[in-house]
Parts: sequence; structure tokens; C-alpha cells
Amino acid sequence: MKNQAKSIWRFFFGDSARAFGWVSLTLLVLLAISPAKNHFSQWRHYQKQYLHLIRGRADAVTLERHFQGGIQQIWIPEQQVTDRCTTCHLGLKEASLADVSAVAFRKHPVIPHSLTEFGCTTCHRGQGPATNVEEAHNSTEQWEQPLLPAKYIEAGCGQCHLEKQTATPFLNQGRQLISAYGCTRCHTIKRGDGTYILPDDDPPSLKHIADKTTREWIYAWIKDPQAYAGTATMPNYHLRDDDARDISAFVIAQSTPLQPPIQPVQADTKAAADPGAGTSLYGQSFCASCHAMQNAAGNLVGGDVGPELTGIGTKAKPEWLQDWVANPNHYDPGTMMPHYRFDPKQVATLVGFLESKTEPDFVAKVHLDPATPQQVEHGKKLAIENGCASCHEIDGIKKPENFAPELSRIGSKPLSQVLFVEGVEHSLPGYVAAKVRNPRIFGSSLKMPQFNLTPQQIDAITTALLAQTDRAQSQPPAMRIASEQQTKYEPAGHAGQLMRDLRCLTCHMINGHGGDMAPDLTWEGTAVQREWLTQFLKNPETLRPALIRRMPKFNLSDQEINTLADYMMTVYQTPQFDRDSLPVSEFTLAAVEQGRQLFYSKFACQSCHIADFAKDKGYIGPALAGTGKRFNAAWIYHWLKDPQALQPGTIEPNQHMTDDEARSLTAFLMSLNSTGSKEAMKK
Amino acid sequence: MKHGLIAFCALALATSGCSHKSKQPASLAATAKGAAIVESSGGKQIGYAGMLLDQPVVVQVNDASGSAIAGAAVYFSGPSGVSFTPASGLTDSSGQVSSTVSLGQQAGRYKIVASTPHATGKNLELALDEIALGYQQTLGAQLNAQYCIRCHDSESTPLRVSNMDNLSVKPHPFTDGDTLNKISDADLVAIISHGGPALNKSAEMPPWGYTLSKSDIAALVAYIRAVADPPYEAGGLVYAQK
Repeated sequence: MKNQAKSIWRFFFGDSARAFGWVSLTLLVLLAISPAKNHFSQWRHYQKQYLHLIRGRADAVTLERHFQGGIQQIWIPEQQVTDRCTTCHLGLKEASLADVSAVAFRKHPVIPHSLTEFGCTTCHRGQGPATNVEEAHNSTEQWEQPLLPAKYIEAGCGQCHLEKQTATPFLNQGRQLISAYGCTRCHTIKRGDGTYILPDDDPPSLKHIADKTTREWIYAWIKDPQAYAGTATMPNYHLRDDDARDISAFVIAQSTPLQPPIQPVQADTKAAADPGAGTSLYGQSFCASCHAMQNAAGNLVGGDVGPELTGIGTKAKPEWLQDWVANPNHYDPGTMMPHYRFDPKQVATLVGFLESKTEPDFVAKVHLDPATPQQVEHGKKLAIENGCASCHEIDGIKKPENFAPELSRIGSKPLSQVLFVEGVEHSLPGYVAAKVRNPRIFGSSLKMPQFNLTPQQIDAITTALLAQTDRAQSQPPAMRIASEQQTKYEPAGHAGQLMRDLRCLTCHMINGHGGDMAPDLTWEGTAVQREWLTQFLKNPETLRPALIRRMPKFNLSDQEINTLADYMMTVYQTPQFDRDSLPVSEFTLAAVEQGRQLFYSKFACQSCHIADFAKDKGYIGPALAGTGKRFNAAWIYHWLKDPQALQPGTIEPNQHMTDDEARSLTAFLMSLNSTGSKEAMKK
Repeated sequence: MKHGLIAFCALALATSGCSHKSKQPASLAATAKGAAIVESSGGKQIGYAGMLLDQPVVVQVNDASGSAIAGAAVYFSGPSGVSFTPASGLTDSSGQVSSTVSLGQQAGRYKIVASTPHATGKNLELALDEIALGYQQTLGAQLNAQYCIRCHDSESTPLRVSNMDNLSVKPHPFTDGDTLNKISDADLVAIISHGGPALNKSAEMPPWGYTLSKSDIAALVAYIRAVADPPYEAGGLVYAQK
């Protein structure tokens, strides 16, 4: 053994020349490792493959001229971008490589940004400085930021784009859902520009809830809100039976009667209720613009501004319904529901109709014994623990602050801080999506309830949350496109009070505040004639035959109508031009005739508008048969010249008319004086 | 060795975009074998890259006489990146199997295959095309929904009544590849920007060039190309090798 070792030693280092030779060789090999590693590195392999690919193509010369060997890097210090992705992804800017099958070399799909200005990792994430595939795309021990899966790619846009963009429907939807489901009532989400994502509306106050519904209904509701209405946004807390019993006991116990109190239903008005009349009054009042209800076929029909009414007769007490329909402001001054001026008979008719919409099964199996003080006390404790007061106003419980973790930087949460459970994909998007889908899989004692969301909605919310990154919070302000914030505009004075009572802003936008269901009224006073406006408020006619949502009739008094019309005609005027600057008397018959030609031939307006109910059929835009009685000529003229200048976002195309064409068309439209469009429609 | 493995993974990863490879499903205990496999619903959907399709893909297995049979095994497969939930199943009492499909990371057309074993030992296959929209096509789809669809789509929904029947010249649906594929990109851009008269067609198609931006119109063209049926094959230079 010893001899053997000796002989090996002699073989290598027996004499100085030998030793020198071997040591040199070893050093040489050691020195060669690094260049060899470099030579065999992945990116060189990709560059060779790329060259092989382009040399076979017809435009090889151009492509080779664009090719630069070696490690490539996009370096944008102010955005913290050091991206070497273009070392391997060599064809990103080559239009002719749009169709190659190897994704690594394919042209980047069209986007509005330049790669050199924004880099790659800004949107796609991954490790910019890495030069091998594994480290660049996936999370490794040292670097844990993997590529963002394509389905969440709009999260990249959302870091800078805080506004609603046409090209990012899922990001928009996610943000809208976060507001609609009130996620930010518990979680704070601050955007990069310092503003906060706010909830859409206020869930009902529970201060007088016993006036509205029964303890049995509350019990069944908090056990499973979606069993009452599939559209309910209230999440499921998976409450145990006795917990639901105690919470319902507490909720009823804290409720105090409304002041002044709700009046009982009169026996004689009860008798007046007629189901047929109720259905038609519900229809005429366009309740379905905001409220959904299941029809006989089981389909849900109607809007989602207000709650679903399929089972309202089971939920609401008749006297509460009567009080609410007569004037919703009494029970809830903050409601979005307008104060229809129904007469007592109409109220009784509607209440009778709504009362007939029941879901008796919902509360049939609920039998609750009278609550004990201990149960009420325990119910209060549970209500505090579950954060009920984050959403609902409750007597005796303060709205908790920072009830749930802040999510302003959730998109950059290090994976080392995330606890995964079985069945959850080991990635940040996987974690966020799982948490939104079913929070309780992370532990049955967790407080976050389960929301009723479709897989597609979950992906949308995840996209919006993943946009909340460190980059979004810390990048230069110049990079950001600010979110559209609604103004706090409220109409003033007596008319303002009236408009508040009618909740005009639930549907109409005025000066940047309001809903998007009905036309923007900011410049209505310039657009229309006072006479038309008063007639319309008295009896709203059909302006757009194809729309289901229409302006309801509020049964306004003449005095109220005058107040509204005076205010709108005076205040809602555009500064761009004077509404009387184009008197109709100046139009000649020849101009009217020329306008008619333009209407029907050059601009083919009849494709979308009806000028003559007897022969035109287009019904995308409003019917124009009564234009001469409705609009001011100056408005029509300026609208024709540039519709988007008067109403940003309108789908009326700008036809680039000459002044003369716009004048003639205005003359023609102002000559349309048809009334009784409804009768004509019926024919 | 290790490098080779990494390079392979790299290539697999780069070509598939991610690691969502549909696994080969375990064979099912089928109680019946069909003579034909047909689409019930879910083909030719327009979805988005990397996302779930709106509707599940439903296929039906029939026997030789054309009636549905229960208990036949159906396996779904697709290009890398496409995933199915479930990836296989037995037909139910109405002879159908339904699977939700998530498309790959790249925009384009995905050919997915549903197969069922035939009595002869061969597999019966049914191929379905699904479309994944990328950034530009998504923008086009949104603009279409806002500006174009009410005339170019004959179907009405409760919130959107089709205007197609009110027009004297019927517009082409954007899926009408037989007509639209023959129109060059430049001509499509011209007709969208300047209206029908730009190509000697009806003025009922208004000009959108003063309302939409150039990139909006390019996005609309990209969308029209993406949803064309039969599929649009880009013209122009044809290269020897792809």
C-alpha cells in the first residue's frame, strides 16, 4: 500500500521536470475552466441557434446585420431595470420573425411601449440580470421573482396605469370587483399616486334593522347569503348554527326603532293591492334598471345597482316596504334609490307586488327560541371578532381600523413570508388566487370570509392585486398615469336638494360626479330647449328605442319641474359656445334640402338614427325625429363638428364635416318637428 | 449532463412559456367504446392568452347508430401550455364529457384534440380550434364591443340590440374569413379610417379615422385577423424556413 503511494508520487513528482510539467498542466486545466464555462454557457447556445435560424431565411443579411453577439443589457437606472433578456431573446424587434415557432426568437407581440425604454422585467417580472434560463424565468434559491403567467400580465400595466384602459379589461374588472365587493373595507390598498382604492357603496346600516326584517331572516342570511340571492355580494362566513343564532340575537337586540317611527300598513290600502297593476307599475317605473328579479322562467332580469328582489317579500316587513317605497330617505338618507313621488295607491300596489315575491323555503326551517342575554353578549363578541362593523353600521361597535393586512404591496410579497398549504401552487399568483378563492383553506380560524366569485373573477382580482408592487409604489411620478377620481360635485340650492332627493347622480354624471347609466348632463342646458326639458321631466319619452334602461317617471309637480328646468338651463352650460348663436330663422329651405341629402347619402346617418319613423330604422343613436323641438341648433352644429369634444367617449363617429356640411345638416335636423314618436314606434 | 438537462428544460420552457404541461392522464375504466366522437359545444371560442375559456368544451361519444353512449373514455390533449380540468373522463348518461380549458401563454390558434378509443384499438379523434387573443387583439376586441359589434354582429343581447337588420347593406361579421381574408391590411385600415366610400362601398360604414387612433385601428385589424374563420394566413413574403 505504502509502496504504491510512493510509486504514484514518483510518477508525478519523481523529478523536478516531471513535477513542473504536471503542476503546469493542472494550472492550465484550472485556468481553462472559466473560459470553457463561458464558451458552453446557455446564452451562447441560444445565440448560435438564433444565427442558424436566421441564416436560413430570405432576409438573412438584414437580420445578421441587426444581430449583436455577447451579453446584451437594457439598463434603466431610474426604473431599476437591468435586463439581459435580449441576450437570448434576439428576435424581439424583428418584424419578419413574427411567425417563427421557437418562442425564444419570436418577435414581441405589438405593445404600446418600447423595450429599450421600459425593459422586460417591468411587465413580465423574472430576474433581469440572470443569463441562464432557470434563474431568469423561475424562482431559484437566490432569486425568487419568477415570470408572471400570461393570464396576469395586465398586472404589469397596472403598476403605472392607475386609470381605466381599453386594452386591459381584466385589470379594470379586477379593480372594479375590489370596489364592488368592498375588499378595501378591511384591507387598505394604496395606489402608487397616494390615492386609495375605495369601496363602491355603503352596505346597509343595521341600526334599525329590526324595523326592516326578522331575526329568522337574518339568521338564514348570515348562514348563507347566496342561498337568498345568487347575486348577493355579502360573503359567507361559514358560521356554526349557534354562532349564527347569537349574532342574529345581537343584531336584533342592538336595533332601535326608527324616528319618526314607521307606520303600520292600513287595512284599506292593503285591499287595494292588485297584482296585475303591480307588475306594470314595476315595469313603468323602470325598477329593473337597478334591481334584478327572477322571471317566471327562472332567468335573472335587471340591473345590479340595487339588491336583487327575487325574495324581497320574505326579507322585508310589509310596513317597512311601504315606508321605503314611499320615501327611501326616511330609512336610509344615504341610499342611491330615488324618491319616486308615488301616491298612496301606487305605494300599496307596488308593496303588494313586492310582497308576493317570496322565497318561503329560505326561512322555513329556521326556528329560534327567544334570545338570552348571554347569547346577545356572545353575539356581540362574534360580531366584533368577525369585523361586521367594517362594513355595517352597528350600534355599540366601532368600525375597526386596519382590521386586515394592508395590500398596497401584495404583488411584491416575498415568498419566504408566505405560508403555503397543500394544493396551492407555490407562487405568489397561486397564493393570492387561492386566498381570494377560498381563504379558509389556509386555516379554519382565519377571519376572511368566502366570497362568491367565478374563476374568471378570481383571476381578475388577482391581476389587480398583483399590480400592487414595490415598483408601483416607488417609481418616478412621471411614469404614472393617474387614476380617474370622481369629483365631489353636488348641485346647489333648492334645485340641488331636489336633485339629491331624486338621486339624479345615481344614473347621470354631472361635472365628473355620478353614474354612467344615463347621459352626462354637464352641458344639458346648452344642448336642449327649456320647453322640451319640462315636457320630458313631466313625462319621459323614449329617446333611444333600443335601450331597456330608461328614465323613470318621478311624478314631479309643475313647481318642481320648473325649479329643475331653471337650474339646468342656467347652470349646465358649456363655456365653448353660446347656445343661441345659431338662430333657426337663418336657415334656408335650400340648406334644409342639402342637409337631407347629406343625412341620407353622404353620411348615411339613417344607419344609426331615425329622422322619419315611417322609413328609417337605425337604432343605435337616439331618434332624431323631434330634434327641432328638443335641441338648440348651435349644439347640433358643434356636436356634428366634433362629438367627442362635447361628450368624451361617445361612439358617434367624428365625420370630419366641413363647416358648410355641418350647417346644412343642422338646418335639416332642426326642421324635424315630429311629435308622438312613441305612437309612430308602435306602428 | 447537467447543462444538457438545463438546456433541454430551457428549450421546453421557452417553447411552452411555462410549466403547465398537460399530464398524460391515467387510463380510465371505460365500460363502453364509441364509434364516433362529435363536438357538443365549446369549439371556436375567443379567449385570451393563458386564461380560461368562458365555456367548457363538451364532446359527445356516439355508437355506430349515432346515439350517445355512456361510460366511454375521453382524453383531452393540446399544444404545450394548454391545460384541461379534467384532462380525461368517462361519458355521462347523455354521452358527454365536459372539460374547462385554459389556453397557452401565446396569442394565436390552439388546436385541441379530444380522443376516445375505438373498438378496433385505434383512437377516434376530434380536433377543435380555440383562439387566444394577445394584447393588441384584446384592445381590438374591446373596441369592437364598443364601436363595431352592434352593426357587425347579427346577434342581440338584452343590453345590446343588433342594428344589422336595419342596414340596407349588410355588414360582414368579423369572423367572415371568406370575405375579410381577401382584403389586405391596408384596405381594411382604409375602410375603417375613411368609411365604406374609401373602397367604393356603402356610406353606411362611417369613417372612424377621426375618432379612433391609428393604433386603435391597427388593433381592430389584428382582432379581425385573429377571429377570422377560416383562419387568416398572412400574405406577403413567404420564407423558405420557419
